[in-house]
Amino acid sequence: MTFLLVFLGGAVGAPARYLLDRFIQRRHDSVFPWGTLSVNIIGSFVLGFVTGIQPPGVISALVGTGFCGGLTTFSTFGFETVRLLEEGSVRAAALNALGSLALGILFALGGYGFAVHLV
Amino acid sequence: MIGERASRSRRVTGDARTLLVVAVIAVGGGLGSMARYLLAISLPSAPPHFPWATFATNVSGCFALGLLMVFVLDVWPPRRYIRPFLGIGVLGGYTTFSSVTVETIRLAPGTAVAYALGTLAACLVAVWCGMTAARFAARVPLRRGRAGREAG
Repeated sequence: MTFLLVFLGGAVGAPARYLLDRFIQRRHDSVFPWGTLSVNIIGSFVLGFVTGIQPPGVISALVGTGFCGGLTTFSTFGFETVRLLEEGSVRAAALNALGSLALGILFALGGYGFAVHLV
Repeated sequence: MIGERASRSRRVTGDARTLLVVAVIAVGGGLGSMARYLLAISLPSAPPHFPWATFATNVSGCFALGLLMVFVLDVWPPRRYIRPFLGIGVLGGYTTFSSVTVETIRLAPGTAVAYALGTLAACLVAVWCGMTAARFAARVPLRRGRAGREAG
């Protein structure tokens, strides 16, 4: 049962990442991977929130493990960073790596704090 | 009018293609997420402890994507569904950024810094290793092919 919920959440999160990334990447000309950055910080906020409200296991598997895990990605984030490095855009690579991590942690804290203190 | 109809039918084909790509990503994302969950339940770790399952998932997924992208971009002929299914779907669903950030905020400060920066460093090295391994593996037949053509 949990496996099915995780599958369903991931099956919604991954296409959402693809469509959101495509939407954002079409709207700027730079090499910077704004799309992946956006899905990763949005997913961090949502998972922070879900972790904060301590929902029943069903919701946690569907929305937390499935949807947020499927929406966010470390592999594309890592690949895009290494590609920026290979192209010689060291500053953009460093900014993407450390900026994504810092913003992701801030948004996770925001979602968690929002759930714990305001909901 | 004929032109208008042709462009409309091309748009419909384009939409159908996007829908298929989205469906392929959905199946891949579901499978990748299930694999991540399987690893999480076989290597359980609660907040005070270093989240080894997420760490292992992300590092292995990064290695696999590095490997895959070299084959997709430089070795294999263009195929419509391989990158959406394996790269965006399976590996995108398998690896997770949100678990890393949320686990980080729930760890003690020292462990949190080690975990966040350790995951970042290990994943970047893993992508590079995957790409290098693929280039090394793929270069052999490519060189042989070119040499063969030159010799012929």
